[in-house]
Amino acid sequence: MNHSSDSVGAVQPQRAHFDTPLALAGGGALPVFDLVYETYGELNAARSNAVLVCHALSGHHHVAGYAADDPKNIGWWDNLVGPGKPLDTRKFFVVGVNNLGGCYGSTGPMTLNPATGKPWGADFPLVVVEDWVTAQARLADRLGIDAWAAVIGGSLGGMQAMQWALEYPDRIRHALVIASAPKLTAQNIAFNEVARQAILTDPDFHGGHYYEHGVVPARGLRLARMIGHITYLSDDQMAEKFGRRLRQGGLKFSYDVDFEIESYLRYQGDKFAGYFDANTYLITTKALDYFDPALGYGGDLAAALARARANFLVVSFSTDWRFAPERSREIVYGLVHNGLGVSYAELESIAGHDSFLLDDPRYHGVMRAYFEGIKT
Amino acid sequence: MTNVLGRFDFEAIAKWIKPGEKVLDLGCGDGSLLRYLRDEKGVLGYGVENDPANVLACVRNGVNVIQIDLEAGLSGFEDGFCDHVVMSLSLQTVRHTERLLAEMLRVGREAVVSFPNFGHHSYHAAIARGRMPVSESLPYQWYNSPNVRFFTMADFEALCAERGIVLRERLGFDGEAAVTEDLNRNASIAVYRLGKAG
Repeated sequence: MNHSSDSVGAVQPQRAHFDTPLALAGGGALPVFDLVYETYGELNAARSNAVLVCHALSGHHHVAGYAADDPKNIGWWDNLVGPGKPLDTRKFFVVGVNNLGGCYGSTGPMTLNPATGKPWGADFPLVVVEDWVTAQARLADRLGIDAWAAVIGGSLGGMQAMQWALEYPDRIRHALVIASAPKLTAQNIAFNEVARQAILTDPDFHGGHYYEHGVVPARGLRLARMIGHITYLSDDQMAEKFGRRLRQGGLKFSYDVDFEIESYLRYQGDKFAGYFDANTYLITTKALDYFDPALGYGGDLAAALARARANFLVVSFSTDWRFAPERSREIVYGLVHNGLGVSYAELESIAGHDSFLLDDPRYHGVMRAYFEGIKT
Repeated sequence: MTNVLGRFDFEAIAKWIKPGEKVLDLGCGDGSLLRYLRDEKGVLGYGVENDPANVLACVRNGVNVIQIDLEAGLSGFEDGFCDHVVMSLSLQTVRHTERLLAEMLRVGREAVVSFPNFGHHSYHAAIARGRMPVSESLPYQWYNSPNVRFFTMADFEALCAERGIVLRERLGFDGEAAVTEDLNRNASIAVYRLGKAG
């Protein structure tokens, strides 16, 4: 494996244990919890150069570099984070964290429930964006970070960056909200519901207690991922990438794979079902659906954003129909209404929602310029 | 006239903006005017641009920039959002001139616009020679010009009169020199401060 000089190199996840109960937005509390995280770069003496990277639906704490015990395991935003990269680890101390309810080591449905000694499974509380941010703030306290220089995230991660600006206005100086939305549309919730139904109706789901049965609802997860992938790409990109190309010479007149796109979706679905946890998928899609900071303000987003103090960078992509530019503009106008500092870039891209993970030069140019302007 | 901003019309525009104002700059380019207004006058400014290179330049300049297409209007900004809406040397690049002027005065208390004056005598001469004018303030050929509207100061003033837009102040420049006589013929760049009737 060739690891270039702008990689943060080999990284080891760390674990923080918290034994003060965390009150949850949906009621109740987590008595104790763990967060698994990674850090890159060095926290400066003034503790003013810390950047939190929030992950989206299927992400985790491994943002950059490669896993020390598995060099092929590259961080999911490695093209953005590293020495000399747009989020430059020579300047910033970068923190990636696996959210509560996750399946990568932080406390979640696969963790043992201290009350029963068995995995939480379906009994794990429905944690939402507010809970993630509250838990992330505990981690910030632990790391000695009073205020983040920036919190950044794409999609669901962007919602966390927004929530930081609302929940802890004095603890975040910049929020980078990429390919995100102030709330999901009915269409977007609809896709999540189809994904959940695929999991919930899988005979191997066992009401969410499948661990005890030694099975996983792989069929459901596979379908959930397939529909997700369709919505993350654009029609144009699918046409370009797959078109009507056949897997083999001719049509098979069977339900086996004919088209390349079918093969791609099956492959992605199978791969995902092999490593992701179905309960985490359910919880995370609900967190997406529930996010709506304007809810307590009669739907008035500008009123909800009045608490914020951070400077914002909002970015959207032209072919992203799952988190459309229009949704990003709602955020921008809400911020402008409050006289907050905000820049908004609407980038031409063929890659749909997935654009935020690619290293398009214009996209990364804006990110680099914005990070360069952040004082530490 | 000094030229600290790199663009002489900026100097005139900046004089009309008071410290601490809220300003919207349409077609803000690389954001130098906004940066100047922020640094010198404590202005809270937002630029509007649709050119990706300019959006990037604004972010580099540390000014707020919002990427939207001006042809789509300013519907995201509420009535009376800011003190001044500025549009420097960009009015001639917009197709829906009339609607945009109305939008500027809906969103701002006043509007400040500058544009190349097609009434300038050198353009008469070019056309008399049979060719479209090309000059320092109009550096494009007819086939690659970003300009879509070609009008004189007299044309602009007639439109304002018709639409109830009040001309509060006007300046003309030829090169970088202020013009005082027969602006419509002698000014290559016109700068206006506009208000609402009543």
